[in-house]
Amino acid sequence: MNLIRYQTPELASWGASNRWSTLRDELDSFFELPFWSNVGRAGQLFTGWSPALDLYQSNDNVVAVVELPGMRKEDIDISLHDNTLTISGERKHESKGGENAERTERYVGTFRRSIALPTCVDAKKVSATYEDGILKVSLPKAEEAKPKQIQVS
Amino acid sequence: MNTLTRETRDGDRAQTEQFIAPAASVTDSADGYTLEIEMPGVKKDGLDISFENNELTIIGRRSLPTVEGTLIHHESRPENFRRRFELDPSIDADKISARIDQGLVTLALPKAEHVKPRKITVG
Repeated sequence: MNLIRYQTPELASWGASNRWSTLRDELDSFFELPFWSNVGRAGQLFTGWSPALDLYQSNDNVVAVVELPGMRKEDIDISLHDNTLTISGERKHESKGGENAERTERYVGTFRRSIALPTCVDAKKVSATYEDGILKVSLPKAEEAKPKQIQVS
Repeated sequence: MNTLTRETRDGDRAQTEQFIAPAASVTDSADGYTLEIEMPGVKKDGLDISFENNELTIIGRRSLPTVEGTLIHHESRPENFRRRFELDPSIDADKISARIDQGLVTLALPKAEHVKPRKITVG
């Protein structure tokens, strides 16, 4: 769903009828696309881009997996503060000029996601990879947070 | 007006494989259209682009990273991606090209030579 539909004045004559078809498309999509996708897109109007985040926990690690399609590695920031992981960044609009946006569903601009981690992690050992548009942040648990087996003597 | 952006939404719900519709953006320039579709987790070999009856279908099957441990917070969707577009007749279907980079599919849909804008000089 796009908030502002860019249209050159020259095209306004057919644009008027096209707008109805856009409205119809949006209504169609509301009923035919999975519910979450509408929630997601409508949500972007108010909150900006909120990429999907999954969090995994094993004995030794906490791993965050974030969907960030079409970013450049250097535009992604990862920070850790008070055991809260924050992933932020900016997707820049790349235009060669002389183009008209016909449909804009991809979000352009900044985003920020924060999540409280379930246990203490070792900030010095945090590592991240970015592949196929998926950011994977591995956060090894702090020694004192790892589960320990206590032997009965 | 028959444009690239008209999507085909057939109600083939009987089909067993479930897809979700990824976000897509379309830009129009004098040379052609550029279609960008977000498919995080899709590699080059998971991408299936077909063209039939003037309908372009883009399917992306994900190969998600395997992560050790229990999922304790879940927002992503497991379904694969599919999006369909009916192409404007001005597009030269033989010259469509595609690439995928960091989960972003970019399709270049060039317009046929005869529909490109041109200047006519007065002789």
